[in-house]
Amino acid sequence: MSAAAKRFRTIIDFRREIAPIGSGLAGLTAAAPSALRNIHAIGGIVIKELCRRKDFYVLFVLTALITALMGSVSFFNEVKVVRYVKEICLLLIWISSLVIAITTAARQIPFERENRTLFPLLAKPVTRGQVALGKFWGCWLATGLALFVFYLFFIVVSATRDHDLALVASLQALTLHWCMLGVVIAITVLGSLVFAAPSSNNTITIVVVAGILLLGRHLNKVALRLDEPLQSILYSIYYIIPHLELYDMRDLLIHSWGSIPWLVWLGAIAYAIVYAVLFLFAACLVFQRKPVN
Amino acid sequence: MTLAPILKIESLHVAFRSRELGQEAKLAVKGLNLAVSPGEVFGFLGPNGAGKTTTMNVLLGFVPPTSGNAFLFGVNVREPIARQRIGYLPELTYYYKFLTAEEILRFYAKIFGLRSSLADQRINSILKLVELDHARKRPIKTYSKGMQQRVGLAQALINNPDLLILDEPTSGLDPVGRMKVREIIQRLKNDGKTVFFSSHELGEVETVCDRVAILCDGQLKAEGKVEQLVRAYQCTTLEQVFLKIIDYKLAA
Ligand SMILES: Nc1ncnc2c1ncn2[C@@H]1O[C@H](COP(=O)(O)OP(=O)(O)OP(=O)(O)O)[C@@H](O)[C@H]1O
Ligand SMILES: [Mg+2]
Repeated sequence: MSAAAKRFRTIIDFRREIAPIGSGLAGLTAAAPSALRNIHAIGGIVIKELCRRKDFYVLFVLTALITALMGSVSFFNEVKVVRYVKEICLLLIWISSLVIAITTAARQIPFERENRTLFPLLAKPVTRGQVALGKFWGCWLATGLALFVFYLFFIVVSATRDHDLALVASLQALTLHWCMLGVVIAITVLGSLVFAAPSSNNTITIVVVAGILLLGRHLNKVALRLDEPLQSILYSIYYIIPHLELYDMRDLLIHSWGSIPWLVWLGAIAYAIVYAVLFLFAACLVFQRKPVN
Repeated sequence: MTLAPILKIESLHVAFRSRELGQEAKLAVKGLNLAVSPGEVFGFLGPNGAGKTTTMNVLLGFVPPTSGNAFLFGVNVREPIARQRIGYLPELTYYYKFLTAEEILRFYAKIFGLRSSLADQRINSILKLVELDHARKRPIKTYSKGMQQRVGLAQALINNPDLLILDEPTSGLDPVGRMKVREIIQRLKNDGKTVFFSSHELGEVETVCDRVAILCDGQLKAEGKVEQLVRAYQCTTLEQVFLKIIDYKLAA
Protein backbone atom coordinates (compact mmCIF):
# COMPACT_ATOMS: atom_id res chain seq x y z
CA MET A 1 0.00 0.00 0.00
CA SER A 2 1.32 3.43 -0.85
CA ALA A 3 1.96 5.98 1.84
CA ALA A 4 -0.87 8.20 0.59
CA ALA A 5 -3.35 5.33 0.69
CA LYS A 6 -2.18 4.43 4.20
CA ARG A 7 -2.76 7.99 5.32
CA PHE A 8 -6.25 7.93 3.95
CA ARG A 9 -6.95 4.64 5.71
CA THR A 10 -5.90 6.19 9.00
CA ILE A 11 -8.88 8.49 9.26
CA ILE A 12 -11.35 6.06 7.72
CA ASP A 13 -10.29 3.29 10.15
CA PHE A 14 -10.49 5.61 13.08
CA ARG A 15 -13.99 6.75 12.16
CA ARG A 16 -15.10 3.17 11.91
CA GLU A 17 -13.47 2.22 15.17
CA ILE A 18 -15.02 4.97 17.23
CA ALA A 19 -18.35 5.08 15.42
CA PRO A 20 -20.18 2.79 17.87
CA ILE A 21 -18.85 4.70 20.83
CA GLY A 22 -20.54 7.98 21.49
CA SER A 23 -23.85 6.78 20.05
CA GLY A 24 -26.12 6.18 23.01
CA LEU A 25 -26.77 2.77 24.47
CA ALA A 26 -24.80 0.92 21.81
CA GLY A 27 -21.86 3.11 22.75
CA LEU A 28 -22.22 2.28 26.42
CA THR A 29 -22.17 -1.46 25.86
CA ALA A 30 -19.16 -1.08 23.59
CA ALA A 31 -17.29 1.02 26.14
CA ALA A 32 -18.06 -1.06 29.24
CA PRO A 33 -15.58 -3.91 28.62
CA SER A 34 -12.76 -1.48 27.98
CA ALA A 35 -13.56 0.40 31.20
CA LEU A 36 -13.43 -2.82 33.23
CA ARG A 37 -10.23 -3.86 31.48
CA ASN A 38 -8.58 -0.54 32.27
CA ILE A 39 -9.68 -0.61 35.90
CA HIS A 40 -8.36 -4.13 36.26
CA ALA A 41 -5.04 -3.29 34.60
CA ILE A 42 -4.51 -0.26 36.85
CA GLY A 43 -5.41 -2.37 39.88
CA GLY A 44 -2.77 -4.89 38.81
CA ILE A 45 -0.08 -2.21 39.04
CA VAL A 46 -1.14 -1.37 42.59
CA ILE A 47 -0.82 -5.00 43.61
CA LYS A 48 2.57 -5.36 41.93
CA GLU A 49 3.82 -2.29 43.74
CA LEU A 50 2.59 -3.55 47.08
CA CYS A 51 4.22 -6.94 46.56
CA ARG A 52 7.53 -5.29 45.73
CA ARG A 53 7.47 -3.08 48.79
CA LYS A 54 8.16 -4.63 52.13
CA ASP A 55 5.47 -3.06 54.36
CA PHE A 56 3.01 -5.88 54.12
CA TYR A 57 5.52 -8.56 55.00
CA VAL A 58 6.73 -6.53 57.96
CA LEU A 59 3.23 -6.14 59.34
CA PHE A 60 2.44 -9.77 58.85
CA VAL A 61 5.61 -10.99 60.50
CA LEU A 62 5.03 -8.55 63.35
CA THR A 63 1.49 -9.81 63.90
CA ALA A 64 2.62 -13.42 63.77
CA LEU A 65 5.50 -12.76 66.16
CA ILE A 66 3.47 -10.90 68.76
CA THR A 67 0.70 -13.48 68.67
CA ALA A 68 3.17 -16.32 68.94
CA LEU A 69 4.86 -14.58 71.86
CA MET A 70 1.55 -14.10 73.65
CA GLY A 71 0.62 -17.68 72.92
CA SER A 72 3.82 -19.08 74.33
CA VAL A 73 3.19 -17.40 77.68
CA SER A 74 0.44 -19.81 78.59
CA PHE A 75 1.44 -23.33 79.49
CA PHE A 76 -1.85 -24.32 81.01
CA ASN A 77 -4.17 -23.64 78.12
CA GLU A 78 -6.66 -21.96 80.37
CA VAL A 79 -9.83 -20.70 78.72
CA LYS A 80 -9.04 -17.13 79.72
CA VAL A 81 -5.58 -17.19 78.23
CA VAL A 82 -6.85 -18.64 74.99
CA ARG A 83 -9.35 -15.81 74.72
CA TYR A 84 -6.66 -13.35 75.48
CA VAL A 85 -4.43 -14.68 72.71
CA LYS A 86 -7.28 -14.63 70.23
CA GLU A 87 -8.18 -11.11 71.22
CA ILE A 88 -4.63 -9.86 70.76
CA CYS A 89 -4.32 -11.62 67.43
CA LEU A 90 -7.57 -10.11 66.13
CA LEU A 91 -6.73 -6.65 67.40
CA LEU A 92 -3.39 -6.81 65.60
CA ILE A 93 -5.11 -8.00 62.45
CA TRP A 94 -7.54 -5.09 62.62
CA ILE A 95 -4.87 -2.52 63.16
CA SER A 96 -2.54 -3.96 60.52
CA SER A 97 -5.26 -4.24 57.91
CA LEU A 98 -6.40 -0.67 58.51
CA VAL A 99 -2.84 0.60 58.31
CA ILE A 100 -2.20 -1.30 55.08
CA ALA A 101 -5.48 -0.19 53.53
CA ILE A 102 -5.18 3.49 54.42
CA THR A 103 -1.48 4.00 53.73
CA THR A 104 -1.65 2.12 50.43
CA ALA A 105 -4.74 3.87 49.16
CA ALA A 106 -3.66 7.30 50.37
CA ARG A 107 -0.41 7.34 48.46
CA GLN A 108 -1.65 5.99 45.11
CA ILE A 109 -2.89 9.05 43.25
CA PRO A 110 -0.64 11.65 44.97
CA PHE A 111 2.42 9.55 44.09
CA GLU A 112 1.27 9.21 40.51
CA ARG A 113 1.04 12.98 40.34
CA GLU A 114 4.29 13.63 42.14
CA ASN A 115 6.25 11.13 40.04
CA ARG A 116 4.31 12.28 37.00
CA THR A 117 3.53 8.70 36.01
CA LEU A 118 -0.06 9.91 35.74
CA PHE A 119 0.72 11.70 32.47
CA PRO A 120 1.71 8.81 30.24
CA LEU A 121 -1.22 6.93 31.76
CA LEU A 122 -3.83 9.62 31.11
CA ALA A 123 -2.46 10.03 27.58
CA LYS A 124 -3.89 6.58 26.91
CA PRO A 125 -7.60 6.09 26.29
CA VAL A 126 -8.29 6.04 30.03
CA THR A 127 -10.64 8.31 31.94
CA ARG A 128 -9.74 9.78 35.29
CA GLY A 129 -12.67 7.95 36.81
CA GLN A 130 -11.15 4.69 35.63
CA VAL A 131 -7.85 5.62 37.25
CA ALA A 132 -9.57 6.32 40.59
CA LEU A 133 -11.60 3.10 40.37
CA GLY A 134 -8.52 1.12 39.32
CA LYS A 135 -6.64 2.38 42.34
CA PHE A 136 -9.55 1.40 44.57
CA TRP A 137 -9.80 -2.01 42.96
CA GLY A 138 -6.09 -2.73 43.33
CA CYS A 139 -5.97 -1.62 46.96
CA TRP A 140 -9.09 -3.57 47.81
CA LEU A 141 -7.84 -6.78 46.19
CA ALA A 142 -4.46 -6.39 47.86
CA THR A 143 -5.98 -5.92 51.31
CA GLY A 144 -8.23 -8.89 50.61
CA LEU A 145 -5.17 -10.98 49.96
CA ALA A 146 -3.52 -9.70 53.14
CA LEU A 147 -6.69 -10.36 55.15
CA PHE A 148 -6.87 -13.89 53.83
CA VAL A 149 -3.36 -14.58 55.07
CA PHE A 150 -4.08 -12.92 58.42
CA TYR A 151 -7.29 -14.89 59.01
CA LEU A 152 -5.64 -18.12 57.97
CA PHE A 153 -3.12 -17.42 60.66
CA PHE A 154 -5.90 -16.66 63.13
CA ILE A 155 -7.71 -19.88 62.31
CA VAL A 156 -4.52 -21.84 62.86
CA VAL A 157 -3.93 -20.07 66.17
CA SER A 158 -7.44 -20.65 67.45
CA ALA A 159 -7.49 -24.23 66.20
CA THR A 160 -4.31 -25.14 68.03
CA ARG A 161 -5.27 -23.27 71.21
CA ASP A 162 -9.01 -23.70 71.31
CA HIS A 163 -9.54 -26.92 69.36
CA ASP A 164 -12.39 -25.03 67.75
CA LEU A 165 -12.11 -24.21 64.08
CA ALA A 166 -15.08 -21.79 63.91
CA LEU A 167 -14.71 -21.82 60.14
CA VAL A 168 -18.06 -20.30 59.28
CA ALA A 169 -17.76 -17.49 61.79
CA SER A 170 -14.20 -16.77 60.64
CA LEU A 171 -15.34 -16.69 57.05
CA GLN A 172 -18.09 -14.23 57.90
CA ALA A 173 -15.71 -12.12 59.92
CA LEU A 174 -13.23 -12.11 57.05
CA THR A 175 -15.77 -11.08 54.41
CA LEU A 176 -17.33 -8.37 56.57
CA HIS A 177 -13.91 -7.09 57.53
CA TRP A 178 -13.00 -6.95 53.85
CA CYS A 179 -16.18 -5.04 52.97
CA MET A 180 -15.47 -2.59 55.77
CA LEU A 181 -11.99 -2.05 54.33
CA GLY A 182 -13.63 -1.40 50.96
CA VAL A 183 -15.48 1.55 52.47
CA VAL A 184 -12.29 2.73 54.20
CA ILE A 185 -10.32 2.53 50.95
CA ALA A 186 -13.03 4.42 49.08
CA ILE A 187 -12.92 7.16 51.74
CA THR A 188 -9.13 7.26 51.48
CA VAL A 189 -9.12 7.51 47.68
CA LEU A 190 -11.59 10.38 47.93
CA GLY A 191 -9.41 11.98 50.60
CA SER A 192 -6.31 11.63 48.44
CA LEU A 193 -8.02 13.75 45.80
CA VAL A 194 -9.36 16.35 48.20
CA PHE A 195 -6.33 16.88 50.42
CA ALA A 196 -3.12 17.79 48.69
CA ALA A 197 -0.53 16.07 50.88
CA PRO A 198 -0.64 12.28 51.33
CA SER A 199 0.50 12.59 54.95
CA SER A 200 -2.37 14.88 55.91
CA ASN A 201 -4.76 12.56 54.14
CA ASN A 202 -3.31 9.62 56.06
CA THR A 203 -3.82 11.34 59.38
CA ILE A 204 -7.29 12.63 58.60
CA THR A 205 -8.50 9.27 57.32
CA ILE A 206 -7.06 7.39 60.28
CA VAL A 207 -8.70 9.81 62.71
CA VAL A 208 -12.04 9.61 60.92
CA VAL A 209 -12.02 5.82 60.67
CA ALA A 210 -10.85 5.35 64.24
CA GLY A 211 -13.46 7.87 65.36
CA ILE A 212 -16.23 5.97 63.61
CA LEU A 213 -15.01 2.63 64.93
CA LEU A 214 -14.70 3.78 68.53
CA LEU A 215 -17.43 6.40 68.87
CA GLY A 216 -19.81 5.77 65.96
CA ARG A 217 -22.30 3.73 67.92
CA HIS A 218 -22.43 6.16 70.84
CA LEU A 219 -23.03 9.35 68.88
CA ASN A 220 -26.81 9.20 69.23
CA LYS A 221 -26.54 8.75 72.99
CA VAL A 222 -24.18 11.68 73.22
CA ALA A 223 -26.55 13.72 71.10
CA LEU A 224 -29.39 13.14 73.55
CA ARG A 225 -27.57 15.12 76.22
CA LEU A 226 -26.82 18.10 73.98
CA ASP A 227 -28.75 21.28 73.27
CA GLU A 228 -30.00 22.33 69.88
CA PRO A 229 -28.63 22.91 67.27
CA LEU A 230 -25.72 20.66 68.30
CA GLN A 231 -28.13 17.82 68.93
CA SER A 232 -29.51 17.86 65.38
CA ILE A 233 -26.03 18.20 63.94
CA LEU A 234 -24.75 15.21 65.87
CA TYR A 235 -27.86 13.23 65.00
CA SER A 236 -27.40 13.92 61.30
CA ILE A 237 -23.76 12.90 61.55
CA TYR A 238 -24.88 9.72 63.26
CA TYR A 239 -27.23 8.92 60.39
CA ILE A 240 -24.86 9.97 57.61
CA ILE A 241 -21.61 8.26 58.56
CA PRO A 242 -20.95 4.68 57.48
CA HIS A 243 -21.15 2.62 60.67
CA LEU A 244 -17.94 0.67 60.27
CA GLU A 245 -18.15 -0.61 63.85
CA LEU A 246 -20.99 -2.90 62.74
CA TYR A 247 -18.45 -4.95 60.82
CA ASP A 248 -16.48 -5.82 63.92
CA MET A 249 -17.14 -9.50 64.63
CA ARG A 250 -14.23 -9.89 66.99
CA ASP A 251 -16.30 -10.61 70.09
CA LEU A 252 -18.10 -13.44 68.34
CA LEU A 253 -14.80 -15.06 67.44
CA ILE A 254 -13.13 -14.47 70.79
CA HIS A 255 -15.96 -15.96 72.81
CA SER A 256 -16.81 -18.61 70.21
CA TRP A 257 -20.39 -17.38 70.01
CA GLY A 258 -20.87 -18.85 66.57
CA SER A 259 -21.91 -17.24 63.31
CA ILE A 260 -24.47 -14.58 62.43
CA PRO A 261 -27.55 -15.17 60.22
CA TRP A 262 -26.65 -15.07 56.56
CA LEU A 263 -29.35 -12.50 55.86
CA VAL A 264 -27.73 -10.08 58.27
CA TRP A 265 -24.41 -10.82 56.62
CA LEU A 266 -25.86 -10.02 53.19
CA GLY A 267 -27.43 -6.82 54.46
CA ALA A 268 -24.12 -5.68 55.90
CA ILE A 269 -22.41 -6.29 52.57
CA ALA A 270 -25.06 -4.33 50.73
CA TYR A 271 -24.69 -1.46 53.22
CA ALA A 272 -20.93 -1.39 52.61
CA ILE A 273 -21.39 -1.45 48.83
CA VAL A 274 -23.74 1.53 48.97
CA TYR A 275 -21.24 3.60 50.93
CA ALA A 276 -18.22 2.52 48.87
CA VAL A 277 -20.06 3.42 45.66
CA LEU A 278 -21.04 6.82 47.06
CA PHE A 279 -17.49 7.69 48.07
CA LEU A 280 -16.03 6.43 44.80
CA PHE A 281 -18.56 8.39 42.82
CA ALA A 282 -17.55 11.51 44.70
CA ALA A 283 -13.87 10.68 44.08
CA CYS A 284 -14.47 10.39 40.32
CA LEU A 285 -16.28 13.73 40.29
CA VAL A 286 -13.51 15.49 42.22
CA PHE A 287 -10.80 13.97 40.01
CA GLN A 288 -12.65 14.96 36.84
CA ARG A 289 -12.60 18.62 37.92
CA LYS A 290 -9.06 18.71 39.22
CA PRO A 291 -6.33 20.18 36.98
CA VAL A 292 -3.54 17.63 36.80
CA ASN A 293 -0.46 19.53 35.72
CA MET B 1 -5.92 15.10 -2.59
CA THR B 2 -6.51 17.26 0.49
CA LEU B 3 -7.29 15.36 3.62
CA ALA B 4 -9.12 16.28 6.77
CA PRO B 5 -6.50 17.30 9.33
CA ILE B 6 -5.55 14.62 11.84
CA LEU B 7 -4.76 17.26 14.45
CA LYS B 8 -6.58 20.53 14.59
CA ILE B 9 -6.39 23.42 17.01
CA GLU B 10 -8.90 26.24 16.76
CA SER B 11 -8.28 29.63 18.40
CA LEU B 12 -6.93 27.99 21.52
CA HIS B 13 -6.42 30.08 24.63
CA VAL B 14 -4.99 28.65 27.82
CA ALA B 15 -4.81 30.73 30.96
CA PHE B 16 -3.30 29.53 34.23
CA ARG B 17 -4.86 31.08 37.26
CA SER B 18 -2.29 32.60 39.53
CA ARG B 19 -1.94 31.16 43.03
CA GLU B 20 -1.43 34.56 44.60
CA LEU B 21 -4.39 36.82 45.03
CA GLY B 22 -4.59 39.91 42.90
CA GLN B 23 -2.14 38.56 40.32
CA GLU B 24 -3.32 38.33 36.76
CA ALA B 25 -3.84 34.97 35.11
CA LYS B 26 -0.87 33.78 33.06
CA LEU B 27 -1.78 33.38 29.40
CA ALA B 28 0.31 30.48 28.17
CA VAL B 29 -1.34 30.10 24.76
CA LYS B 30 -3.00 32.98 22.95
CA GLY B 31 -5.32 32.22 20.07
CA LEU B 32 -3.43 29.36 18.47
CA ASN B 33 -4.68 27.91 15.19
CA LEU B 34 -2.96 24.88 13.78
CA ALA B 35 -3.75 21.96 11.49
CA VAL B 36 -1.60 18.94 10.79
CA SER B 37 -2.46 16.64 7.89
CA PRO B 38 -2.10 12.87 7.97
CA GLY B 39 1.40 11.70 7.06
CA GLU B 40 3.15 14.92 7.98
CA VAL B 41 6.13 15.32 10.27
CA PHE B 42 5.43 18.56 12.01
CA GLY B 43 7.98 20.43 14.11
CA PHE B 44 6.62 22.55 16.93
CA LEU B 45 9.25 25.10 17.85
CA GLY B 46 9.66 27.98 20.21
CA PRO B 47 11.87 29.29 22.99
CA ASN B 48 11.55 28.04 26.58
CA GLY B 49 8.19 28.95 28.03
CA ALA B 50 6.61 29.58 24.63
CA GLY B 51 3.67 27.29 25.38
CA LYS B 52 4.61 24.16 23.45
CA THR B 53 4.13 21.73 26.33
CA THR B 54 0.94 23.51 27.36
CA THR B 55 -0.47 23.06 23.85
CA MET B 56 0.39 19.37 23.93
CA ASN B 57 -1.17 19.08 27.38
CA VAL B 58 -4.39 20.40 25.91
CA LEU B 59 -4.20 17.87 23.07
CA LEU B 60 -3.89 15.09 25.63
CA GLY B 61 -6.70 16.38 27.82
CA PHE B 62 -4.51 17.19 30.84
CA VAL B 63 -5.30 20.88 30.69
CA PRO B 64 -8.75 22.10 29.67
CA PRO B 65 -8.73 24.90 27.09
CA THR B 66 -9.78 28.25 28.53
CA SER B 67 -11.43 28.86 25.17
CA GLY B 68 -11.17 27.35 21.73
CA ASN B 69 -11.11 23.72 20.74
CA ALA B 70 -8.73 20.96 19.80
CA PHE B 71 -9.44 17.84 17.81
CA LEU B 72 -7.55 14.63 17.13
CA PHE B 73 -8.88 12.54 14.24
CA GLY B 74 -11.82 14.92 14.17
CA VAL B 75 -12.78 14.00 17.74
CA ASN B 76 -12.74 16.63 20.46
CA VAL B 77 -9.83 15.96 22.83
CA ARG B 78 -12.28 15.99 25.72
CA GLU B 79 -13.29 12.45 24.71
CA PRO B 80 -10.84 9.81 25.98
CA ILE B 81 -11.40 7.83 22.79
CA ALA B 82 -9.57 10.57 20.86
CA ARG B 83 -6.41 9.11 22.42
CA GLN B 84 -6.96 5.55 21.13
CA ARG B 85 -4.65 5.97 18.16
CA ILE B 86 -2.00 8.31 19.51
CA GLY B 87 1.35 7.76 21.09
CA TYR B 88 2.65 10.33 23.54
CA LEU B 89 6.12 10.92 24.90
CA PRO B 90 6.13 13.35 27.83
CA GLU B 91 8.72 16.09 28.14
CA LEU B 92 10.26 14.45 31.17
CA THR B 93 10.04 10.71 31.32
CA TYR B 94 8.60 9.19 34.42
CA TYR B 95 7.48 5.61 34.66
CA TYR B 96 6.69 3.18 37.44
CA LYS B 97 10.20 2.58 38.69
CA PHE B 98 9.38 -0.72 40.33
CA LEU B 99 8.31 -2.29 37.03
CA THR B 100 10.56 -3.65 34.33
CA ALA B 101 10.44 -2.26 30.79
CA GLU B 102 8.62 -5.37 29.67
CA GLU B 103 6.01 -5.12 32.42
CA ILE B 104 5.28 -1.49 31.78
CA LEU B 105 4.79 -2.12 28.08
CA ARG B 106 2.51 -5.04 28.83
CA PHE B 107 0.46 -2.81 31.15
CA TYR B 108 0.00 -0.14 28.49
CA ALA B 109 -0.76 -2.81 25.88
CA LYS B 110 -3.55 -4.05 28.13
CA ILE B 111 -5.00 -0.55 28.33
CA PHE B 112 -5.10 -0.42 24.57
CA GLY B 113 -6.86 -3.78 24.57
CA LEU B 114 -4.19 -5.64 22.62
CA ARG B 115 -4.46 -9.42 22.58
CA SER B 116 -1.62 -10.92 24.56
CA SER B 117 -0.03 -12.70 21.59
CA LEU B 118 -0.03 -9.48 19.60
CA ALA B 119 1.23 -7.56 22.63
CA ASP B 120 4.16 -9.97 23.10
CA GLN B 121 5.10 -9.70 19.48
CA ARG B 122 4.95 -5.93 19.56
CA ILE B 123 6.84 -5.63 22.83
CA ASN B 124 9.64 -7.73 21.40
CA SER B 125 9.98 -5.69 18.26
CA ILE B 126 9.72 -2.33 20.03
CA LEU B 127 12.29 -3.25 22.67
CA LYS B 128 14.64 -4.24 19.86
CA LEU B 129 13.90 -1.00 18.05
CA VAL B 130 14.76 1.19 21.04
CA GLU B 131 17.63 -1.12 22.00
CA LEU B 132 16.43 -2.03 25.44
CA ASP B 133 16.19 -5.73 24.75
CA HIS B 134 19.12 -6.54 27.03
CA ALA B 135 17.57 -4.69 29.98
CA ARG B 136 13.96 -5.76 29.57
CA LYS B 137 13.84 -7.78 32.79
CA ARG B 138 15.41 -5.09 34.96
CA PRO B 139 13.40 -2.61 37.01
CA ILE B 140 13.30 0.86 35.47
CA LYS B 141 14.88 2.39 38.56
CA THR B 142 18.16 0.80 37.47
CA TYR B 143 18.09 2.53 34.05
CA SER B 144 20.16 5.51 32.98
CA LYS B 145 18.41 8.69 31.87
CA GLY B 146 18.79 7.89 28.21
CA MET B 147 17.43 4.40 28.77
CA GLN B 148 14.41 5.87 30.56
CA GLN B 149 13.87 8.23 27.64
CA ARG B 150 13.86 5.18 25.37
CA VAL B 151 11.27 3.47 27.58
CA GLY B 152 9.20 6.58 26.94
CA LEU B 153 9.57 6.18 23.22
CA ALA B 154 8.74 2.49 23.47
CA GLN B 155 5.51 3.11 25.39
CA ALA B 156 4.52 5.75 22.85
CA LEU B 157 4.75 3.13 20.09
CA ILE B 158 2.99 0.25 21.83
CA ASN B 159 -0.41 0.76 20.18
CA ASN B 160 1.09 1.23 16.72
CA PRO B 161 -0.29 4.77 16.75
CA ASP B 162 -1.21 6.78 13.69
CA LEU B 163 -0.32 10.04 15.37
CA LEU B 164 2.68 10.58 17.61
CA ILE B 165 2.91 13.55 19.93
CA LEU B 166 6.48 13.79 21.14
CA ASP B 167 7.62 16.47 23.55
CA GLU B 168 11.35 16.93 23.02
CA PRO B 169 12.04 13.30 22.10
CA THR B 170 15.80 13.74 21.82
CA SER B 171 16.46 15.59 25.06
CA GLY B 172 18.88 13.70 27.24
CA LEU B 173 20.09 11.39 24.48
CA ASP B 174 23.64 11.06 23.21
CA PRO B 175 24.43 11.78 19.53
CA VAL B 176 23.85 8.16 18.57
CA GLY B 177 20.58 8.13 20.46
CA ARG B 178 19.46 11.29 18.70
CA MET B 179 20.27 9.85 15.33
CA LYS B 180 18.33 6.74 16.27
CA VAL B 181 15.27 8.83 17.18
CA ARG B 182 15.54 10.66 13.87
CA GLU B 183 15.67 7.32 12.11
CA ILE B 184 12.60 6.13 13.98
CA ILE B 185 10.70 9.29 13.06
CA GLN B 186 11.73 8.81 9.44
CA ARG B 187 10.55 5.23 9.55
CA LEU B 188 7.22 6.21 11.03
CA LYS B 189 6.80 8.75 8.28
CA ASN B 190 7.52 6.11 5.65
CA ASP B 191 4.81 3.99 7.25
CA GLY B 192 2.36 6.83 6.70
CA LYS B 193 2.23 7.94 10.34
CA THR B 194 1.90 11.52 11.49
CA VAL B 195 4.43 12.93 13.92
CA PHE B 196 3.91 16.14 15.88
CA PHE B 197 6.94 16.96 17.97
CA SER B 198 8.60 19.79 19.80
CA SER B 199 12.33 20.28 19.81
CA HIS B 200 15.08 22.76 20.44
CA GLU B 201 17.44 21.02 18.01
CA LEU B 202 16.81 23.07 14.92
CA GLY B 203 19.30 21.22 12.74
CA GLU B 204 17.49 18.02 13.50
CA VAL B 205 14.12 19.60 12.81
CA GLU B 206 15.37 20.82 9.47
CA THR B 207 16.30 17.32 8.36
CA VAL B 208 13.15 15.45 9.37
CA CYS B 209 10.25 17.93 9.30
CA ASP B 210 7.86 18.58 6.45
CA ARG B 211 6.48 21.62 8.14
CA VAL B 212 7.22 23.64 11.23
CA ALA B 213 5.44 26.18 13.40
CA ILE B 214 7.27 28.68 15.55
CA LEU B 215 5.52 29.68 18.72
CA CYS B 216 6.64 32.59 20.84
CA ASP B 217 5.02 33.82 24.00
CA GLY B 218 1.93 31.74 23.31
CA GLN B 219 1.41 33.13 19.83
CA LEU B 220 2.04 31.53 16.47
CA LYS B 221 4.77 33.57 14.76
CA ALA B 222 5.45 31.55 11.64
CA GLU B 223 4.25 28.38 10.01
CA GLY B 224 5.13 26.55 6.83
CA LYS B 225 7.64 24.38 5.02
CA VAL B 226 11.23 24.89 6.14
CA GLU B 227 12.39 26.05 2.67
CA GLN B 228 9.50 28.50 2.45
CA LEU B 229 10.32 30.04 5.82
CA VAL B 230 14.00 30.24 5.02
CA ARG B 231 13.20 32.03 1.79
CA ALA B 232 10.56 34.31 3.26
CA TYR B 233 12.88 35.49 6.01
CA GLN B 234 15.88 35.68 3.65
CA CYS B 235 17.97 33.34 5.75
CA THR B 236 20.05 30.26 5.02
CA THR B 237 19.09 28.03 7.96
CA LEU B 238 16.09 27.45 10.15
CA GLU B 239 18.12 28.57 13.12
CA GLN B 240 18.55 32.00 11.60
CA VAL B 241 14.83 32.21 10.93
CA PHE B 242 14.14 31.27 14.51
CA LEU B 243 16.48 33.90 15.89
CA LYS B 244 15.10 36.50 13.56
CA ILE B 245 11.57 35.82 14.69
CA ILE B 246 12.54 36.18 18.32
CA ASP B 247 14.55 39.33 17.62
CA TYR B 248 11.65 40.69 15.69
CA LYS B 249 9.53 40.27 18.76
CA LEU B 250 12.10 42.04 20.92
CA ALA B 251 12.31 45.00 18.53
CA ALA B 252 8.56 45.39 18.32
N1 LIG C 1 0.57 24.76 35.75
C1 LIG C 1 0.99 25.97 35.40
N2 LIG C 1 0.65 27.04 36.16
C2 LIG C 1 1.04 28.28 35.81
N3 LIG C 1 1.78 28.56 34.73
C3 LIG C 1 2.15 27.55 33.93
C4 LIG C 1 1.78 26.19 34.23
N4 LIG C 1 2.29 25.40 33.26
C5 LIG C 1 2.96 26.21 32.41
N5 LIG C 1 2.88 27.50 32.81
C6 LIG C 1 3.46 28.67 32.12
O1 LIG C 1 3.05 28.65 30.78
C7 LIG C 1 4.11 29.08 29.93
C8 LIG C 1 4.35 28.04 28.85
O2 LIG C 1 4.93 26.90 29.42
P1 LIG C 1 5.26 25.59 28.59
O3 LIG C 1 5.67 24.54 29.52
O4 LIG C 1 4.12 25.31 27.69
O5 LIG C 1 6.52 26.07 27.72
P2 LIG C 1 7.37 25.25 26.66
O6 LIG C 1 7.19 25.93 25.36
O7 LIG C 1 7.04 23.81 26.71
O8 LIG C 1 8.84 25.52 27.17
P3 LIG C 1 10.15 24.53 27.19
O9 LIG C 1 10.79 24.67 25.89
O10 LIG C 1 10.96 25.11 28.29
O11 LIG C 1 9.67 23.16 27.48
C9 LIG C 1 5.30 29.30 30.82
O12 LIG C 1 5.43 30.69 31.03
C10 LIG C 1 4.97 28.62 32.11
O13 LIG C 1 5.49 29.30 33.20
MG1 LIG D 1 8.07 22.13 27.13
